[in-house]
Amino acid sequence: MVNTLVEPSGGRVLFGEDDVTTLPQAQLRRRVGYVFQGIGLFPHFTVSENIAIGPRLAGETLPASRIADLLNLVELDIEMASRMPDELSGGQRQRVGVARALANAPELLIMDEPFGALDPITRDALGEKVRELHTKLGLTTIMVTHDMAEALLLADRVLVMDKGALVTDETPRALLKGEGGEIAQGLVAVPREQAERLAHMEDMPEGGPA
Amino acid sequence: MSEIIEILLGLGDKFAAHIVLAASAIGLGILVALPLAIWASRSPTVSRVALGFASLVQTIPALALLALFFPILLSLRVVFGENLPTLGFLPALLALALYALLPILRNAVTAQANLDPQVLEAADGVGMTSLQKLRLVEAPLAAPFVMAGIRTASVWTIGAATLSTTIGQPSLGDPIFAGLQTQNWALVVAGCIASAGLALVVDALLGMIESGFAKRRKWQWGAGLAAVAFGLGAALFAQGDGEDDDTIIIASKQFSEQYILAQLIGAQLEKAGYSVAYRDGLGSAVVHSAVASSNIDISVDYTGTIWTNELERTDNPGREAMYETIVEWERENTGVRVLGRLGFENAYAFAMRADRSAELGITSLEDMVAVAPQLTLGGDPEFFERPEWIAVREAYGLRVGETRNFSPTFMYNALQSGEADAISAYTSDGRIAADKLVVLEDPREALPSYDAMLMMSPRIAEDEDIAAALQPLIGAISVEVMREANYAVDRKGEGKLSPKDAAEQLADQIGL
Repeated sequence: MVNTLVEPSGGRVLFGEDDVTTLPQAQLRRRVGYVFQGIGLFPHFTVSENIAIGPRLAGETLPASRIADLLNLVELDIEMASRMPDELSGGQRQRVGVARALANAPELLIMDEPFGALDPITRDALGEKVRELHTKLGLTTIMVTHDMAEALLLADRVLVMDKGALVTDETPRALLKGEGGEIAQGLVAVPREQAERLAHMEDMPEGGPA
Repeated sequence: MSEIIEILLGLGDKFAAHIVLAASAIGLGILVALPLAIWASRSPTVSRVALGFASLVQTIPALALLALFFPILLSLRVVFGENLPTLGFLPALLALALYALLPILRNAVTAQANLDPQVLEAADGVGMTSLQKLRLVEAPLAAPFVMAGIRTASVWTIGAATLSTTIGQPSLGDPIFAGLQTQNWALVVAGCIASAGLALVVDALLGMIESGFAKRRKWQWGAGLAAVAFGLGAALFAQGDGEDDDTIIIASKQFSEQYILAQLIGAQLEKAGYSVAYRDGLGSAVVHSAVASSNIDISVDYTGTIWTNELERTDNPGREAMYETIVEWERENTGVRVLGRLGFENAYAFAMRADRSAELGITSLEDMVAVAPQLTLGGDPEFFERPEWIAVREAYGLRVGETRNFSPTFMYNALQSGEADAISAYTSDGRIAADKLVVLEDPREALPSYDAMLMMSPRIAEDEDIAAALQPLIGAISVEVMREANYAVDRKGEGKLSPKDAAEQLADQIGL
């Protein structure tokens, strides 16, 4: 909704001072970095062409040094620049997706379940990386996830939506202390219980029930 | 084999015309189909209507679609003026382009529908305008599929373009139609080899471009494109130095006599220093309109045909009156000049085997009436629907036991094998003499006359030099020599001649 891929059925979304529906669509989208589960790399472009697409649309050419910097930021080898997307692994592709979203030096980064399709190890590593970039580049990042553990570990603020309405707006620490209401606590309970069971399992003798 | 090669080498101008026609039709098809496909991808209604229309067109036989453009263009003359061509290149182009539409449109629409939605979401997400999305994402990703559609369309169009012969557009169909009609299989095979060869080469080149697109190899599709452009350029160049305005175009319908007479007329004009071109194998119905509109310059037509088809008359005023009326009518209504009669008739007449005729004691239609209920009558596929047959039936009160339709060639076989007792033969047909058939007399003159006439288009009607060059043909061809020439072309085996050779022999016989 922020980048108007979906039209709001009610209410307003403000970007800075402006209602997003009043801003020129293409320009607005170039100010917002967008990363989503499907990744959507352009299969007929090389990695570097994919990364450079945003500036290209604005009529600029992204210098090779900047592409190298962006690849560096997402921890991809500089040699990847000339590869085609179908030569990359899922994790590598989403790294390129993040680099593409950052190429325009966006004011806002939207991540819509960005790591949903990735294996847990890649997922964890990429999550950490994005959080690091967020801090390093001073970004505003909105990340949508179903995984409360991911939200608690990465976010400064956690907002919980239920049936289309906002029910919670708390820090991770406050949520862990039991605040934020019933629905939020239900979500927090899942990773907490899993963590406790894992810890318990470590204490049990070999072969015992969980 | 060497005969086929020789024919192939002489097909250069037909080949060039075929390439230019097919390429133009495919080009027009692409120009219409691609924007339509883009529109269709944004509106399901447009998609349904466009694909429905294209599929409907595909169900019309190509031959019928080509023929349909004649009346359509004729009616459009109200809007575009009398100079709008109704035969030849334009109708062939339009019909073939319509035919090319479906595969291109369907592939383009399918390609767009199957684009990865994630990629399209990303295109929106990075802030592409819809034009940028089309140019940078949709078009390049759909290109291999669109190219496959163009490839299918090209192979179809090159094949179907052979049919444009029937509406007066030179193509590789010319040798095929001429060969089928005169049972000259070398011509048919040569025409097929040329058009199939062309289709294969084009398919391979377009396939190269298609896979170049798919693998994103610029040199590959570039080379393919360059080869196609080169072929097209060569064809255009070759066609450019073909006919000029002074060329006299001679038409022939789809039977041997017409091919022979066209060659005879052509030779006569060439002797007088004119350059000539032939439009062979035209549909019988379009020849008169083609002459009247000066799309062709000279044809041989028959009084009975013009009488019923053009004057729309069903009465029979007698041979002389019919001819005089037609000459007058043409001069006043179409501007066509009837130079004169060649001297023979190609009429419908009933023919019987000599032994059968003697056995039943039948020498005229009058004699036939009494025994007719026991007889089987054979006719060509249209005969029993024609006004001539109705006229005969009514004039003599004829009640025949059975009527059967045969293709003209098999009609004579049926007579020989006894499957028909009498057939509707053509009086100038060589097989009447060869099979020693008895032609039944028509004392009540129920069958109209079919005098062969030499027709000149309005464009050359006033040209007395051309008229003078053709004058020696008038009244010079007896039905006997025409039969002999027809038989030489129609027969099998030893002594079979090409229409050109038969025309030369005919010219010798009549002292030209």
